[in-house]
Amino acid sequence: MSASNAAHSIIEPSTGARRFAGLLVILYAIITMVPLAWIVLTSFKSPDDAISYPPKVVFKPSLEGYCNVFTTRSRQTQEFIQTLGSPQGLCDNIARSRNMVVAGPSNYVPRFINSLIIAFGSTALAVALGTLSAYGFSRFRVPLKDDLLFFILSTRMMPPIAVAIPIYLMYRTVGLSDTRVGMILLYTSVNVSLAVWLLKGFIDEIPREYEEAAMIDGYTRFQAFVKVVLPQATTGIAATAIFCLIFAWNEYAFAVLLTSGNAQTAPPFIPIIIGEGGQDWPAVAAGTTIFLVPIVVFTVLLRKHLLRGITFGAVRK
Amino acid sequence: MNDLSASSQITYRAVPVRPAVARRIRGLSDQALAWLFITPTIVLLLAINIFPLVWTIYLSFTNYRANRANAPTIWLGTDWYQSILTDPDIWAAMQVTAHFVIWTVLIETVLGFGLALLIDKKFRGHGMWTTIILLPMMLSPAVVGNFWTFLYQPQIGLFNYVVAFFTGRDASSFQMLGDVTLSPWAIVIVDAWMWTPYVMLICLAGLRSIPDYIYEAAEVDRASNWRQFWSITLPMALPFIMLAVLFRGIENFKMFDMVNLLTGGGPGSTTEVASITLKRAAFESWRTGYSSAFAIILFVTVFGLANIYVKALNRVKSR
Repeated sequence: MSASNAAHSIIEPSTGARRFAGLLVILYAIITMVPLAWIVLTSFKSPDDAISYPPKVVFKPSLEGYCNVFTTRSRQTQEFIQTLGSPQGLCDNIARSRNMVVAGPSNYVPRFINSLIIAFGSTALAVALGTLSAYGFSRFRVPLKDDLLFFILSTRMMPPIAVAIPIYLMYRTVGLSDTRVGMILLYTSVNVSLAVWLLKGFIDEIPREYEEAAMIDGYTRFQAFVKVVLPQATTGIAATAIFCLIFAWNEYAFAVLLTSGNAQTAPPFIPIIIGEGGQDWPAVAAGTTIFLVPIVVFTVLLRKHLLRGITFGAVRK
Repeated sequence: MNDLSASSQITYRAVPVRPAVARRIRGLSDQALAWLFITPTIVLLLAINIFPLVWTIYLSFTNYRANRANAPTIWLGTDWYQSILTDPDIWAAMQVTAHFVIWTVLIETVLGFGLALLIDKKFRGHGMWTTIILLPMMLSPAVVGNFWTFLYQPQIGLFNYVVAFFTGRDASSFQMLGDVTLSPWAIVIVDAWMWTPYVMLICLAGLRSIPDYIYEAAEVDRASNWRQFWSITLPMALPFIMLAVLFRGIENFKMFDMVNLLTGGGPGSTTEVASITLKRAAFESWRTGYSSAFAIILFVTVFGLANIYVKALNRVKSR
């Protein structure tokens, strides 16, 4: 042990080289974080601060962006506002200071709920189908296995717009246009390829002997799958699920082309948040921040499996 | 004597494990279970991917228009394919796509590999900084791309301010998204910002797959660092770099969301990548037959690239 450590030391980088490398990486990380930090900062600015020149880093924080992303407001005369009672809540207060009254909730919450339903629905389906197929491909002799696996992967390589044309026609015919079910099925079909490839890798790593031992003890193959393989594959299934969730959450091309009202998710909605006289940047930033927070949390949770996920399980480390 | 019989019993029981297992399976045979497990996925993909694809192939030979569904459909043969492959506008879009793909992949590979080399030095806190660097690639290209339009605003945008600060030019003197020469670079910058971490992560795996003893042997032979890089590091990480390059190439060839939100293909058609052309033809001019033919051409191209990609995957896997 100590011998291998000693042998190792001749290729260890020097402290100076290490510090220099660290410095450059941290510099890159800081630069790359600026746009994201700017989104969060802008979400807490008042509209005037958001569009000031030079750009303001120090400003008086305001929740106007968050109010605006959740509400619609209408401009009223001073006299009319005075006939109303005292303002209700923080957002009403901010609106009144700009001669406006809160007219009602915006579409952000329904779009966000659509995003949640479609992302979780398609993830559950894709992971369920993917786990079954992955087990099938991992454990059994399937004719044309490699061709089937390649076919499954190749469906993910299709350009989304090329897929959207016939899907649009098909959904129009069968009445699935602009429905959550339609979007769930579509996202499932895109995610299932990732799920099969990733999960096959995870299940391949579970020794067959476990199931065989269980089957000697009298389990059927299916019971062995449920009671032995599934618990062993929990981490892999969770990592796969998060990848599917992130894809479905982030997806834009299908959503913008195939949904308009009922089933529209947040990504096509956020860019069209507008205020009076153009884009309401604090509101866009607030909507974006709320939308991005779950992904940041998931990325931190996933960091050990990221490599595997983005290479379809090819690189495992 | 007793010992012997016990051991012979063990060997007797250990050898025929597989038949014993097979006999114990009640109900479904393995083969039936395999098909039961795999069929739902295949059926879903056939319904949502293959059936539409076949439909697209059919439509690509007709004059069908989705906004005039009741008009009689005329069989046109390969007319659309011929007109697309000879259309200068399509070739212009292909050139824009090529510019985008080549520059993004080049920048991301150089930066990503460089970062991986630095992170591989394992300085203190490299794990945390790596996670931070990886963040942009996990975010929605559409939602974040949309926000970049704000950073690129000529009067108020942070990007213009920073460029103005360092070059001394006036922040409102250039428009990243409105200028014919700058807008192709505006989309390259955002893509490089998002996807450099992707290349970095794969390259890092490549670097870590190189066993230490090779470097130790090189060190014993007094090979210079420069020599070690060109003779060990680069060749051994190359399959991983290729994997990242191919994947980015395919993804950016299909690029739609980020460009659609940043420029929408404009100004004019200077950033009109293939997917934007396709969207305009399919969902704005409703030339369904024509756009189906173009979709098939793009699909065949991507399919060819995907084939190479899977071969590369297998090569990396066998390492």
